Amino acid sequence: MKTSLAAVPYFWSKDQYQAFYADVTQTDIDTVYLGETVCSKRRSMKLKDWLDVAETLTSSGKEVVLSTMTLLEAESELNYLRNLIKQSDLLIEANDMSAIQMAYEAKRPFAAGNPINIYNSQTLKRLHGLGMTRWNIPVELGQEDIVPIVPTAKELNIELEYQIFGRMPLAYSARCFTARHHGLPKDNCQFKCSEDIEGILVNTRESDSFAQINGIQTQSAKVTHLLDHWQRLHQSGIDIARIVPVTPETTLEVIRSLTQAIRQNSKETGFEDTGSGKTNREYCNGYWFQLAGLELVDAT
Amino acid sequence: MDLVCPAGNFQSLKKAVDNGANAVYIGMKNATNARHFAGLNFSPKDISQGIKYAHNNKCNVYCAINTYPRQKNWKLWAQAVDQAMALGIDSLIVADCGVMDYIRQKSDSFPIHLSVQASATNLESLNFYHQNFGIRRAVLPRVLSLAQVTQLAQQSPVEIEVFGFGSLCIMAEGRCYLSSYLTGESPNTQGVCSPSSHVRWEEQDGVLQSRLNNLLIDQYEPHENAGYPTLCKGRFEVDGNVEYALEEPTSLNTMDILPELTAAGVAAVKIEGRQRSPAYIATVTDIWRRAMDAVQDKTASPTSADRHKLASLSEGRQTTIGAYERSWQ
Repeated sequence: MKTSLAAVPYFWSKDQYQAFYADVTQTDIDTVYLGETVCSKRRSMKLKDWLDVAETLTSSGKEVVLSTMTLLEAESELNYLRNLIKQSDLLIEANDMSAIQMAYEAKRPFAAGNPINIYNSQTLKRLHGLGMTRWNIPVELGQEDIVPIVPTAKELNIELEYQIFGRMPLAYSARCFTARHHGLPKDNCQFKCSEDIEGILVNTRESDSFAQINGIQTQSAKVTHLLDHWQRLHQSGIDIARIVPVTPETTLEVIRSLTQAIRQNSKETGFEDTGSGKTNREYCNGYWFQLAGLELVDAT
Repeated sequence: MDLVCPAGNFQSLKKAVDNGANAVYIGMKNATNARHFAGLNFSPKDISQGIKYAHNNKCNVYCAINTYPRQKNWKLWAQAVDQAMALGIDSLIVADCGVMDYIRQKSDSFPIHLSVQASATNLESLNFYHQNFGIRRAVLPRVLSLAQVTQLAQQSPVEIEVFGFGSLCIMAEGRCYLSSYLTGESPNTQGVCSPSSHVRWEEQDGVLQSRLNNLLIDQYEPHENAGYPTLCKGRFEVDGNVEYALEEPTSLNTMDILPELTAAGVAAVKIEGRQRSPAYIATVTDIWRRAMDAVQDKTASPTSADRHKLASLSEGRQTTIGAYERSWQ
């Protein structure tokens, strides 16, 4: 089983991104997705900066994929996307149909990101015909939904990728919830989201976790944790286990634990979250087991 | 510009037709559409009857088959397409590429409207659906500003339909998994959001609590109006403050920007609410018909009493033009 690191969903500084990816080159991760996928106003990294990081990662033996924005509304956002596809030969992770359209026109292969709604083999086949080589499975699909599609995917040589760790992207809006929380309009957001290294927790009034707000994106409050189920994922046909970044330290620890478990073919990764205080995380994995996403099924 | 109205049963369809809808949209009694609610929707016999009544009154009928079939129940969606087309439906409202592909295998020219659930928010996305499936019209998600809608309508290769009135979905539709995260029931696959089967009301010391799958969505003091616990419209705690973290219980009403939408060349305005009563459909259709005629034919506009009536029918008794206005975003 291969491993991948999804694009960082949060807004970090250029220094933070560069330090993080320098550390990532030292890990055994197979694939790294790069780019801004949530908000086009976040520009601490220019396209050139991402391509520089891509080069470093590629020369350390990683496969690099360029991720695209998920909710594209303005023409400037489409222009950036067009440029991204033109400027590099790397595989593209299309997170919107517009990226699939542009990749197809440029005759470039693409991975379908998990916000692309592929729920059946009819859709899978159709997108394969347009150049799709990898399927990042929508987060709400579980094992029983995926298994019947696996034969078609294998026949078409489409790789299957499933999120094994990290908060799940659950929704996208025109509204910036981070700016709203700070009492600011989106057009004058003052980049408040850069102050939260992994978003802002939203709880019910009884202190149950509900969601994590991250700019225009709403994530699951709980962090997906299927690490100790990796063999089960692999046996079901998943080719690539996807890690969605949280803080750099924890993410690197997750990469180390998972890649080592895979190398040693050991069921348990032994990952322990040492985060504390504000980053005290709760875990879930219900979707894989066809339950509400926030449920947690343990590995024993 | 056409007025497209919802109907959850034959009585509502009749009210929409009688009050001046140009088209009525409906769904079947299963998970193939995004309003899969108990006691709602049309049997094949109802569909035939509805089409007959609407066509006799020069009104079209569209059928929403706009959820995403998972592999194991693909057949149900294919059967829904077969059935609706055989019954003489005027158009299908579809989100899934596989379902569109299936329709195109049956017919090169049958009118497909891209559902809001497909979440097409830009020109290249519209080009994708136009080139691959020959869609005739696209319904835009409720995430665009008026300037963005205007530009899109001018450049689009297909007709554009926008939401005018009703419940306000603040997320890009078709890409929201909040409901399945909390309850296991999903708009995309089961056609439900914040399902009533998971709702529980509890009263403690005069405080009314609304819960979804046991999680507290909101609670109301005796002087407050309680609303349905739609998960994105509750009051939550963020950094120690209790607030409507995502959105207030409010509804969409774009009547004030109808002249701009008309000038932009928008082909149709859609009223949300297949789950609402025949009386509601009658009132809303009537007022919107008059508003649209006033813009197009300079007839009398709806009165302020009409506007109050619309507001009083709305969720939270307040309305917004939502993302059309940038300050909302």
